Amino acid sequence: MKEKITKKKDRWREKCLSQAPYRSAKAELSGVDVDVDILYTPDSIASIDYPQDIGFPGEPPFTRGIYPSMYRGRLWTMRQYSGFATAEESNKRFKFLMDQGNMGLSVAFDLPTQMGFDSDNPEIEEEVGRVGVAISTLKDMEILFEGIPLHKVTTSFTINGIASIILAMYLAVAEKQGVPFTEVGGTIQNDILKEYVARGTYIFPPRPSLRLIVDTIEYCMKEAPRFYPISISGGHFRSGGASLIQEVAFMMLNGITYIEAVLARGIDIDEFAPRLSYLFVTQLNLFEEIAKFRASRRLWAHIIKERFKAKDPRSMMFRVYAAGCGDVLTHAEPENNIVRLTMMTLAGILGGVQSFFTPAYDEAYEIPTEKSALLGLRTQQILAYETGITNTVDPLGGSYYIEWLTSKIENEVRKYMEELEKKGRMVELIERGFIQNEMARIAYEKTKKKLSGEKVVVGLNKFQSAQAREKLQIYQPDREAISKQIARVKRVKAERDNEKVHYCLKRLEGAAKGTENLMPYLLETVKAYGSVEEIVNTLRGVFGEFREPVM
Amino acid sequence: MDNKERLPRRILIAKPGLDGHDRGAKVVATALRDAGFEVIYTGLRQTVDQIVNTAIQEDVDVIGLSILSGVHMELTKRLVKKLRESGAGNIPVAVGGVIPPGDVEKLKEVGVAGVFSVGTSFKKIVDFIRNI
Repeated sequence: MKEKITKKKDRWREKCLSQAPYRSAKAELSGVDVDVDILYTPDSIASIDYPQDIGFPGEPPFTRGIYPSMYRGRLWTMRQYSGFATAEESNKRFKFLMDQGNMGLSVAFDLPTQMGFDSDNPEIEEEVGRVGVAISTLKDMEILFEGIPLHKVTTSFTINGIASIILAMYLAVAEKQGVPFTEVGGTIQNDILKEYVARGTYIFPPRPSLRLIVDTIEYCMKEAPRFYPISISGGHFRSGGASLIQEVAFMMLNGITYIEAVLARGIDIDEFAPRLSYLFVTQLNLFEEIAKFRASRRLWAHIIKERFKAKDPRSMMFRVYAAGCGDVLTHAEPENNIVRLTMMTLAGILGGVQSFFTPAYDEAYEIPTEKSALLGLRTQQILAYETGITNTVDPLGGSYYIEWLTSKIENEVRKYMEELEKKGRMVELIERGFIQNEMARIAYEKTKKKLSGEKVVVGLNKFQSAQAREKLQIYQPDREAISKQIARVKRVKAERDNEKVHYCLKRLEGAAKGTENLMPYLLETVKAYGSVEEIVNTLRGVFGEFREPVM
Repeated sequence: MDNKERLPRRILIAKPGLDGHDRGAKVVATALRDAGFEVIYTGLRQTVDQIVNTAIQEDVDVIGLSILSGVHMELTKRLVKKLRESGAGNIPVAVGGVIPPGDVEKLKEVGVAGVFSVGTSFKKIVDFIRNI
């Protein structure tokens, strides 16, 4: 069969195709481009064994999806990322988005919060409430979720360096609302390793940071079993300039590092692996992106099963949240981004994601306006309800090209992971700056291609118009609201039982020096209105700070 | 002294503020090295004081700031002021990152010599430095 097709294809190439001129094409998978054939045929995927390699949705290796009925059973969660200025304003935006059909909350924090500074610290004043919401004490968190019952929504927090503190605050709000921890659902990003490489909001060195992460995983496993304590992220590497292969490989190597750290505490893989979640972004090469999700599901299922001897299929599920990648949005002719975002959203859905965020088309500039944020949500709703793409599971499965790409990506990632694992363990590679340099190398090459026009970006390096960009509405934080936030933090600090806060911080410090799980201590401290900065300073005293290797 | 005769020129690339997006800073640093300049990249979260001190100690010819979090006006104003107070007001400052078009002139009024928003060609940046 295979030989017969190959023979016929060779004849076709010689007799028919040779008469037609055509351009060459490359897959953008990695720094080294891969040739894409002009036509894929059954013989291109002859080595794939359907039952074993592709199989059925809801069963390992989950190539076609992690749930049996996928979007026929339940749509993905439309989870629009938002948060700006103060808790009051963000609370209002959350409620607006929920009213419009947003299915889960996703909180963006300002940089001071992410880096462990309180809003009343004069050193960071200009950054308060700028790129997300300012949260300094439990009081702010209470306001952020006012009127939002925590057993009825799930909330995703893009927070890393201080993820354990935010988790403690969220649970404390639940307690105040009378919601048991066992009914609280959501995710903290809590993936510190990628921060050292791509996103930058690290505070402590990798090893104590890993301990904090294992503490949250262990604590959630026992106390808040509906909460996902980590979202292991490949997407931030990609947004920072990494290749598709690097996005998957770095994420998986970090995932392996976290899993090994939890196992070292004597916890069985099947006890916690079902609570791990993952994060990718989508870019514009539609089929490569779709194949990436399929390949990652298959490869991860194999790694969890073979390397970590998991028995529970739920441990092997690659449950993935994805977002359209801000890196491919342009400032030039910003409305073009609406089309780009539609394609990236389509890639996520056809890739079988569990939740998706469609950014606003003006995100390349600033915090989205209400109108642009709504357009992101509407993009998902139109695809979900008007196009019929949800009518069958993994509609592209079986396409010669998609299956070839899926296997190609799986193999390339596997090879790259092996190569990196030979060079050292992930934590050491990050401490040495090796991963950072691997990524910077690709980012530089990609930027050069974009600037030279070799990589076409419509409206930017090809088909430019003189269309003004001044038209953009840019979000400006309301300085009055920020002043109120600063005043509130000062007031909370003046009115709380300061002796109790000091006592809690002392106990936290003692526990940090030992090996106990820190979550109960963090919970106790935030409930006494101990602030983010006070907690971070206490932990910094024990853990120290990370210094980035010189480039 | 005619600075144009002193080659290669020393450039400080710095990221002030809390923003951790360093791709642009690193890419520009690499491009300038490829163009034959000597580049000092000081890493994330440098305070205005640290940047000014490094600029003076390393005797740099240009300071390039990379800011993507929207606080370019505030941070740049503080940096230019500090430079002048430290007697180094002659060092030209360039700003790169996410800069809304409406802010370009405002930055120049503050005393910035060049503004390079995301997507600026390396050639434009290199030409700018050569012509200072």
